[in-house]
Amino acid sequence: MHPKRKQKLILVGLMVGAVAVAAGFILTAFKSNIQLFFTPTEVAEGKVPEGAEFKVGGLVAANSVKRVGDGLTVEFALTDNGQTIPVRYTGILPDLFREGQGTVSVGKLDENGVFVADRVLAKHDENYMPPEVAEALNKTKAVQQAKTQPYGADTVQMQ
Amino acid sequence: MFRWFHKLASTRNFYRLAEILAPWLAILCAILLGVGLFQGLFVAPTDYEQGESYRIIFVHVPSAWLSLFIYMTMAFCSLLVIVWKMKLADIVAEVSAPVGASFTFLALATGSLWGKPMWGTWWEWDARLTSELILLFIYIGYMALRASIDNPATRARASAILALVGVVNIPIIKFSVDWWNTLHQPASIMKFDKPSIHPTMLQPLLLCALGFTVFYFVVMLLNTRSLILERESKSSWVQERAAEGRL
Repeated sequence: MHPKRKQKLILVGLMVGAVAVAAGFILTAFKSNIQLFFTPTEVAEGKVPEGAEFKVGGLVAANSVKRVGDGLTVEFALTDNGQTIPVRYTGILPDLFREGQGTVSVGKLDENGVFVADRVLAKHDENYMPPEVAEALNKTKAVQQAKTQPYGADTVQMQ
Repeated sequence: MFRWFHKLASTRNFYRLAEILAPWLAILCAILLGVGLFQGLFVAPTDYEQGESYRIIFVHVPSAWLSLFIYMTMAFCSLLVIVWKMKLADIVAEVSAPVGASFTFLALATGSLWGKPMWGTWWEWDARLTSELILLFIYIGYMALRASIDNPATRARASAILALVGVVNIPIIKFSVDWWNTLHQPASIMKFDKPSIHPTMLQPLLLCALGFTVFYFVVMLLNTRSLILERESKSSWVQERAAEGRL
């Protein structure tokens, strides 16, 4: 290769490399700000901003969804299979909201440690399949669960 | 070794090649998109959770892939411009930018339409959505930069440097869903594991993705041809062809 071209190629490589390193530093520095939500474990560890609005994400715990009072208010527990926090929300839930589903709630902690949400977003996972396949999968899952957990332990499936 | 490459790199040869390829690719594109969209919209089964709404995937995912693919093409061309001063690469990069920007916009718009019923929000500042929006701004910035410089040599160099710097954003978009927690779901297809999308849905999706890609090549070839004519309007081969009425 012509030495001048080689020099230019190296120069371009260095430039892109330098920008990548700079971007890497910036993204690492802002890591916590880029995360969309806190996990229930982080909430329990007190890593969340006090008195300010923040987002918390996790799975809706099995058998935790309760309608209270006016019928629009919902109480449920959000879990990351480690810690669980109670959430209260008044409003319309997205179509995908259900037990075992990933969700992101936006709101504040009240003095009792209940997360009062203004908005509840449903997270969708990367699985796409026809209903019959999902049904068949659920059946085998239920059979496996019955085999491994004969006492019917109340577990939440991570997706 | 690089002889064929040098041959292809000459604007005159590329003009001829594009003339032959474009119509065939256009036919291929029509077939792929016709079959892909028909299968996707009418034949593929509904999703177990999302119902019919998931069908936006057949436009959304190919658009998002193309937004990245076209950018990588532009970045590669920019490298050829900076190191080898290849005129043709500058032309290809220039005509690719608006196509890439359009696909980026389409990916953002279709995602937003899907997000409202599924997530419950039109827009969320999560890492995937934000980095894709930055890609749109880079495309727009690239076009604005090109439009603002009159000297062709300066324009080619300056825009090539911008395109190469912007490359850093591409892996950020791709891996944003793995590096940070986001509302956007992780990859269904482009991962080491087997695709987490059922084959009956995957097949039309791949056809659409291929069709969209061929569409980009058709548009790129046609626009490259006209830009070659514009840039080389004073050269003898263009004059000759114009005199013979074969442009």
